[in-house]
Amino acid sequence: MAAGNFKDKDMQSIIGWILRVGVIVSMTVVVFGGAVYLYRHGHSIPDYSAFNGVPQFVYPSNIISGILAFRGRAIIQAGIILLISTPVLRIIFSFIGFIIEKDRLYTFISLLVLLIIVASMLSGHAG
Amino acid sequence: MSVIVLTLIILVGSYFAGLLGSLTGLGGGFIIIPLLTLGLNVDIHYAIGASLISVIATSSGAAAAYVKEGITNIRIGMFLEIATTIGAFMGATIALHIQTHYIAILFGMILAFSAVMSFVKKKQEILPEGSPMADKFKLNGSYPTPDGVVKYGVRNVGGGFFMMVFAGTISGLLGIGSGALKVVAMDSIMRIPFKVSTTTSNFMIGVTAAASAVVYLQRGYIDPAISMPVVVGVLLGALSGSKILINARSAGWLRWLFTIIVSILAIQMIYNGLTGRL
Repeated sequence: MAAGNFKDKDMQSIIGWILRVGVIVSMTVVVFGGAVYLYRHGHSIPDYSAFNGVPQFVYPSNIISGILAFRGRAIIQAGIILLISTPVLRIIFSFIGFIIEKDRLYTFISLLVLLIIVASMLSGHAG
Repeated sequence: MSVIVLTLIILVGSYFAGLLGSLTGLGGGFIIIPLLTLGLNVDIHYAIGASLISVIATSSGAAAAYVKEGITNIRIGMFLEIATTIGAFMGATIALHIQTHYIAILFGMILAFSAVMSFVKKKQEILPEGSPMADKFKLNGSYPTPDGVVKYGVRNVGGGFFMMVFAGTISGLLGIGSGALKVVAMDSIMRIPFKVSTTTSNFMIGVTAAASAVVYLQRGYIDPAISMPVVVGVLLGALSGSKILINARSAGWLRWLFTIIVSILAIQMIYNGLTGRL
């Protein structure tokens, strides 16, 4: 099944590495953003008893401008987006791996999973 | 309560949730959501969002370790992720439209089910051959054991796939990994060996959660200030849990303790859902 030097074992170690690095990097960003947030807002009184959709930290443009303004919550949100991207990145790399292995069926299956995630992303934006 | 106090309480609570979740294999989300909603009066949408993020962190962290050992079946995982991501997308979409007290009641029921499932005695024979469908999708595999490499066959692919759509829907609806349902699909229906099914389930949880997290993120369910202590606490707790598991085998009483806690939480969630307080 495997072609050339690239085998399932190589894919496993690459996937393991991606997941590990993804978690470490995103958690570092989250903790750093958390420290900034607590430093700036640690003594205010929050109220989370009603849902209001935190619109400030939903759109990418707001998050980017928030990071530039050194806002803690925007930095945390960026870390969370990195964390959500980690499993998605894992699928992208499996997709490439299956292409190298010339496993057509699983190249298609990885692409399908990726498309479902993209579709749910787009639906969240539109509806 | 100031931000600093609230953050510290959530951090400590999440640590113990991650610890217990990892020791019992039920996952941290089960304690986080009642802690935030019942204990700290946080809206259930924020609780679900934060829990889902912690699920991605712990499952990715654990999967990174398992996948290198060669026990995880990447093809089974990838194939069933078609089912779980479709389910997760549906679940997250339903969650946007149903009233929160239904979510609370359903949460309590799944919680009780998972607690019972963790006590059911497991017995399983490894099948040498898979079904024609499993052959077609290359799902049969092998994994290393102390006594050498064991080959296994997979059965009832359609039934397992259908169950995974349901597991994904519950995950997207409630913000949990729904590991107990995934294990039902893989162990009981598809007859995948325990070691392979638990690690592969863990491998899939991150992708499943990501599919609903992208919806939640855009709808503002994921509040950074709440998610931050939850994800950090649960991840650290789960790390300590995995260390304890290696060092000590006396997790028996912990399992009982956890089941008692979980049962009380399940009843409380259902009660608060029925009375319309959540």
